[in-house]
Amino acid sequence: MTTDAAIRTRALRKVYPGPGGKGPGITALEGLDLEVQAGEFFGLLGPNGAGKTTTIGILTTRVRPTSGTASVAGADVVRQPVAVKQRIGVVPQRPNPDRSLTVLENLVYHAAYFGISRRTAVARATELLAALGLGDRGAAKVDEISGGQQQRLMIARALIHEPHVLFLDEPTVGLDPQARLGLWEILRGLHAEGRTIVMTTHYMEEADRLCERVAIVDHGRLLALDRPAGLKARAPGGTLIELTLDGDPAPVSASARAVPGVMRADAEGTVLRAYAERPGEAIAGLIRVAEQAGRAVTNVALSPPSLETLFISLTGRRLD
Amino acid sequence: MNPATHRPPVPMGRVFWALLRRDLRVARRELPYFLVRTTLQPILFVVVFGYLLPKMNFVQQDYGTALLPGILAISLAFSSIQSVALPMVQDFGWTREIEDRLLAPASARLIAFEKVVAGVLQGLVAAVFVLPIARLIMGPIAGLTVTDYGSVIAVTLLGATAFSALGLLMGTAIQPQQIGLMFSVIVAPMIFFGCAYYPWQGLSAVPAFRYAVLVNPLVYVSEGMRGALTPGLPHMPLAFVFLALTVVTVVFWIWGLRTFERRAFG
Repeated sequence: MTTDAAIRTRALRKVYPGPGGKGPGITALEGLDLEVQAGEFFGLLGPNGAGKTTTIGILTTRVRPTSGTASVAGADVVRQPVAVKQRIGVVPQRPNPDRSLTVLENLVYHAAYFGISRRTAVARATELLAALGLGDRGAAKVDEISGGQQQRLMIARALIHEPHVLFLDEPTVGLDPQARLGLWEILRGLHAEGRTIVMTTHYMEEADRLCERVAIVDHGRLLALDRPAGLKARAPGGTLIELTLDGDPAPVSASARAVPGVMRADAEGTVLRAYAERPGEAIAGLIRVAEQAGRAVTNVALSPPSLETLFISLTGRRLD
Repeated sequence: MNPATHRPPVPMGRVFWALLRRDLRVARRELPYFLVRTTLQPILFVVVFGYLLPKMNFVQQDYGTALLPGILAISLAFSSIQSVALPMVQDFGWTREIEDRLLAPASARLIAFEKVVAGVLQGLVAAVFVLPIARLIMGPIAGLTVTDYGSVIAVTLLGATAFSALGLLMGTAIQPQQIGLMFSVIVAPMIFFGCAYYPWQGLSAVPAFRYAVLVNPLVYVSEGMRGALTPGLPHMPLAFVFLALTVVTVVFWIWGLRTFERRAFG
């Protein structure tokens, strides 16, 4: 049902002006088409510079697209930015609380901008702070709380006005593993309440564990879009074997493809990438052909089929 | 979470009032530092030129009459500039604290306008704070008559608005690391050539200066204060002052809004 789309982009394009406003610009988005359903937990996965933050910037009215259209909760981001802003909550990549205010004031004033009365805002803020483990920090200045606590404050701020759509830009970057798991739990809870969530990440595992559908983007283009299981099924069969060599692996890749059990082999930088169903048997053959070509193997890495191996096969590079 | 159940839009006035309340909350907390930062320099000037030098007979006793409106003009103008420009630099700085307000359901224009209004209010506070202190230090001031309330209020409001709009422009057009430079290169010459310490007519002695200083918006605030507070002394016609300040306000507002929007939108 297209009427249920919470977010829709058509041929979305963004070119940032070049240095000093001259020269060729930097193309961040190259005609992106996306549709996110209401109530969906949607992931945008890609390396740094893929265009994820630009996409979030446009959808949250903070970046103006060069061309194309985008709508959020039924409102156009360029023509009706105020209506869009009323319906969204945003958790930025880097916490940007209002440092002149206390933790509680950050929430109460943000709610006031959305027309929520002080009494309602204080009640809701107190509840949110308690739920996010900040119950005793309300009177603290923002600079007195830790980075992880500031990140949770940003989540509380994004929720205080009960938005239809929640955007999170790399929400777990810089969090320790325990805080990351804690945040995952919070996000699952919000999704269970029926909220639409759009999250960018460059962590495969995060996209795999949380999102219902994942869009893989690189260089401003959509490379693949499916449920995590569907994407994983599209990953090249077999385990990825990566051999790091002491020189150019190109001369090795042809003979590598002839190694029994190897389904595919590509060269990239100093890394030879091969896929095999039985990696244990293929490794010896791969090392042998490398040495025959006069190359020494300095490292060997194995990755089972995953979003990561799909990403590498689509882009020729790793996520981070 | 059905998108069909959209809440009614928040009235613009309500968003504006919430943004203003936030700025007033922060200003109230910072009030002592704010007053010291913006009024200490004018007050020290009053001590030296309005008290010590007349006592030593280096300047005439009635110099205070020319000085007081200028001191008020400086306090009003520079507290307005600083109230807008300094927080703006931090807001658009590394962490982009302003996002919090840019995400409010209001246009960027309304958010910028609120900043200017908050600057005007803080400028008024500084001027009202300086007036009695200056009067106290200088003693009775010949020719001071606060009877033309309409002109006093008009000059004060227009002056504060012009300089708040200039604060918007400076706070968004100048890189954070150059904010110190801004005060030495722009603000200091503006004070010295702003006809605050001498009436504009006195510059007839140096005609080149007399016309060059007209690009300085502080001249109109100083002369307007003279016209409103010490009408017996020579001063620019108030009608000209109002016209000039209106033009300056419109120019700085349009220009400042453009730089604000450029910083606000990527």
